[in-house]
Amino acid sequence: MKTIKLFPIVGSFAENKDKARDVRVQEIIPILESGDSLVLDFDKIDSITQSFAHALISDLIRNYGVDVLDRVSFANCNETVAKIIEIVVDYMQ
Amino acid sequence: MKVHLPNSAFLGNINAFLRIIDVSNPELLEITANKKWISVHPVVLCIVASLGLEVLSRNSDSPIRCEQFTAKSKHYFKRMGMFDFLGLDSEIEITEHESAGRFIPLTQIKKSADLSKFIEDIVPLLHLDQKNAQPIRYIISELVRNVLEHSNSKHGAIVSAQYHRKNNTIRIGIVDSGVGISHTIRKSHIAETDLDAIRLALTPGITGTTSKEGGTDYNAGAGLFFTKSIAKINRDFFIIYSGKTLYKLLREKDGKDVILFGDPLSDKHTKDIDLPNWTGTVVGIDIGLNETEEFTKLLDTIRNTYAASVRERKRNQFKRPKFI
Repeated sequence: MKTIKLFPIVGSFAENKDKARDVRVQEIIPILESGDSLVLDFDKIDSITQSFAHALISDLIRNYGVDVLDRVSFANCNETVAKIIEIVVDYMQ
Repeated sequence: MKVHLPNSAFLGNINAFLRIIDVSNPELLEITANKKWISVHPVVLCIVASLGLEVLSRNSDSPIRCEQFTAKSKHYFKRMGMFDFLGLDSEIEITEHESAGRFIPLTQIKKSADLSKFIEDIVPLLHLDQKNAQPIRYIISELVRNVLEHSNSKHGAIVSAQYHRKNNTIRIGIVDSGVGISHTIRKSHIAETDLDAIRLALTPGITGTTSKEGGTDYNAGAGLFFTKSIAKINRDFFIIYSGKTLYKLLREKDGKDVILFGDPLSDKHTKDIDLPNWTGTVVGIDIGLNETEEFTKLLDTIRNTYAASVRERKRNQFKRPKFI
């Protein structure tokens, strides 16, 4: 299982969708394509926007199906971050 | 073009200010103002700045005529950067002892990186604590990204905000002079009128980038719905003006539970469909700091409404086999 630490890439307020898309395309998808699982680590991130979360994970659910959530885990999410991720996962199903 | 800064123009009474904007003759902007006192929402400054940038970009000689401000509150416009923004010499001096207050002067954001930097500055400029910072930087991020991605505005987004001590409220304006909501929404949806387009833009899960439910990998069609929802749950005003139409979310009464709706026309609102044609988009929002709902509670409410709205639309599109 591989871990992607997001704070060094996106800072404490994760709102830049371009960076979210870059992480998805350049880091997440290659890991999933290799058959491995991964952890998205939100340590030190105090808030995200729905747009950021959407750009990060919506296409994974669309392309791999909702079962991709068995291979992608979310670590160190505070309540706000967790709720926004849940909103995106909800509406993508 | 002509604009008159009135005695008072806030989100509750902004219609009168908008109604007399003259958008003809894009080579010249004439600014007049109330002689005694001018008190306006930051969105009004953003509108004036946006009009100014438009005429300045046309390279005509002396494209902006601004009458001498005589109102006692004229220093506000100097502090908020309006004269500097328009390249005008106001001859207004600001003395050192005057309080700087809590405000974000007129700022032009043209790139994603500029937005990220701007958001870092919001919290110290407005002296916000963590609880109040969350919804405000959230709103500004989502709205400015909308402008950068969808408006095609050559001037980007014009942003301004001000803390009002009397109401303990942050007032935010975000304006662009791009293609407008109708143009963007009609790329993927049917919208006969500006109001139809605004209605779709405020509906969760609908984006101009695709007709598919859930949006694209990059756009969900949720930013405006979240913003309107934050205003509604906090019982604050929210306006959006594009084309000839102004949609205004009215404040909810205290003491009643707030119910969110997927359809913005189900919210308590007013609409004005015959205003001067604003080619881009104007958004204004107030966030009262007294009653700011915990952001996480607010997200719970938004989550329930969002999911229900999308499910309802999917159900309506669900087709059954025809057995004959």
